Amino acid sequence: MATNTLASSPPVRSRGLSDLAIRNLFIIPTIVFLIVFNIFPLIYSLGYSFTDFRASVNEPVKFVGLENYRTLLSDEFIWRNFTITAKYVLISVTGQVVVGFGVAMLLNRPIPYKGLLTTLLLLPMMLSMAVVGLFWKLLYDPSFGIINYAFGLGTFEWLSDPNVALYAIALADIWMWAPFVMLLSLAGLSAVPKHLYEAAAIDRASPIYTFFRITLPLVAPILMIAIIFRTMEAFKTFDIAYILASQPTTEVISIRLYKMAFQEWQTGLSCAFAYIVLIMVLAITNIYVKYLNKVKER
Amino acid sequence: MKRHFAGLMAGTALATLSALPAASQELTIFWAEWDPANYLQELVNEYEAETGVTVTVETTPWSDFQTKAFTEFNAKGSAYDMVVGDSQWIGAASEAGHYVDLTEFFNKNNLTEVMAPATVKYYAEYPSNSGKYWSIPAEGDAVGWSYRKDWFEDPAEMEAFKAKYGYDLAPPTTWAQMRDIAEFFHRPDQGRYGIAIYTDNSYDALVMGVENAIFSYGGDLGNYETYQVDGIINSPENVAALEMYRELYGFTPPGWAKTFFVENNQAITENLAAMSMNYFAFFPALVNEASNPNAKVTGFFANPAGPTGAQFAALGGQGISVVSYSENQEEAMKFLEWFIKDETQKRWAELGGYTASAKVLESPEFQNATPYNKAFYETMFKVKDFWATPEYAELLIQMNQRLYPYVTAGEGTAKEALDALASDWNETFKKYGRVQ
Repeated sequence: MATNTLASSPPVRSRGLSDLAIRNLFIIPTIVFLIVFNIFPLIYSLGYSFTDFRASVNEPVKFVGLENYRTLLSDEFIWRNFTITAKYVLISVTGQVVVGFGVAMLLNRPIPYKGLLTTLLLLPMMLSMAVVGLFWKLLYDPSFGIINYAFGLGTFEWLSDPNVALYAIALADIWMWAPFVMLLSLAGLSAVPKHLYEAAAIDRASPIYTFFRITLPLVAPILMIAIIFRTMEAFKTFDIAYILASQPTTEVISIRLYKMAFQEWQTGLSCAFAYIVLIMVLAITNIYVKYLNKVKER
Repeated sequence: MKRHFAGLMAGTALATLSALPAASQELTIFWAEWDPANYLQELVNEYEAETGVTVTVETTPWSDFQTKAFTEFNAKGSAYDMVVGDSQWIGAASEAGHYVDLTEFFNKNNLTEVMAPATVKYYAEYPSNSGKYWSIPAEGDAVGWSYRKDWFEDPAEMEAFKAKYGYDLAPPTTWAQMRDIAEFFHRPDQGRYGIAIYTDNSYDALVMGVENAIFSYGGDLGNYETYQVDGIINSPENVAALEMYRELYGFTPPGWAKTFFVENNQAITENLAAMSMNYFAFFPALVNEASNPNAKVTGFFANPAGPTGAQFAALGGQGISVVSYSENQEEAMKFLEWFIKDETQKRWAELGGYTASAKVLESPEFQNATPYNKAFYETMFKVKDFWATPEYAELLIQMNQRLYPYVTAGEGTAKEALDALASDWNETFKKYGRVQ
């Protein structure tokens, strides 16, 4: 009876979209979008980086060869911007990894309301950068900010003191993005096989030995991915630094690039600057990726 | 039934389409987001009532104003028919062809006589003394000062001040007096501070603030015709003026390193400072009890004189220009003809706008309308402005880069900062072929 039913049923039509439909509906539009909005401007701006083009004036564009790159690399202010950015990336990413990984370690044990706690800890990274910037500006206010009040710091000037402002911005960034590192670390930690810890316990391995020999090596690949993402983002930081302070000691490269491109309208020069930044980000990412592959091979 | 419905739809569509050409003409004016833009919207609503032409004043925050305007200009966009642009834009916007040449309109309406001379010179004419005009002075503005009358008039304070400095406590007439008063009221332990000045270096706040000192000390930024800067921007007068500005920074409230008009008005409304620098355009908020609990005890004075008696202030304000890429230029010109009428200018002043019309400014009604209008009128005849060359933005950023570390962190000396600035500006002018 069952056989008869099957035999009499209409032929089964393939479910979902065909490969052709997927190509036409999703892949081609995405590629077109990427070409129009990413690849084309990238190539176009490379051309501009060898000219004296200024978008604000109606003057013929002159080819200047490598002059823009030479000007930028011999500008003392640009080097200062790079130094500030490097310092900021180091402080911010280190802080995010230490805090994020530390919190993930704490959450990777049986604690009450773990789910709720994890969700609450993730809230900062869901906020807009501009909102976080304005919010921390109020927290840091020397007259009525809660930070000085809570720690009894009087009228300590977090954002007006040129020696402190960069650390203050990095602290706000750590607050915002440590949860991202925490989330990835938590995923890595929960994937570590439990039997390894049981074996270490039987061998009476110390907690420090267990951490450095089991936990860290197994979480390292996913932690490296978090570091790559955060380094790339920290390198491009703009919003939070722009909102919180305008000290020369906090002028990261993105802010300088913005001023050069959209306040001074030195379009050709700013294109060259953007390429220098792009090459640096690619180089740093490449180093990380190589290290990540090494870690994976172990 | 179906045919009947289709006929009905076609009829409606036809009626809608035929109604479109009859829809009123629209004009868009672009300006920064501040109170005068709201006053202008009220004014242009009256134009709409008179002519049926809808005029919208579109605004954006000050920090984005220049970027947004020039992005639209560079794209040759027609989103804005007119722009109330900053005075220093005039070189960049006119040389690039973004503004319509209004020389003929200016001469036909004799605007060099109708408008206050400083507003014509700095808002409308480019190059300097060329007789070519690109804007109609719209919102006159300059830097003035507000102060706490109740603090100044407290008998105990007056007595203590006289005992310490040997003269009466009163609104300062010189920068030296202003420094003394700032020092006198600077009491961090009481949460009370001496003075609020501009320090934000993201656009022109710090530069405008320092200009008030430089111009009153008898200094200048350079020769606007020959582009000579060496010996002018780093003159002894300017060094002394910058040193004074740095000294005043020491009497500001804590965290005063990124402040502009909002913070400086807050210094008065929140009982922070005895005196506060700000553009006159922001003073209406200080006489309004809804926005200033100290409105009744807030007084105003013009930018004080320097050691030689010279008294100038940094010019603010803007002129209104017709955008070259506007598709409604003819309508925009008709609007400008209405805008320059005496009765419109009078109404503009009544609404809170700072008219540039000489006749209105000189009238007793205007001068007595608010506690600060007289100071504004006096100031508008002694103002100076920043460079208006197309590369003004580079000059501005260089000035910020050199002065900010000295003013807010005491890095180096005033002389070193100004010498370095002279060198930067020379290089920039060489780059653009303005000097050899």
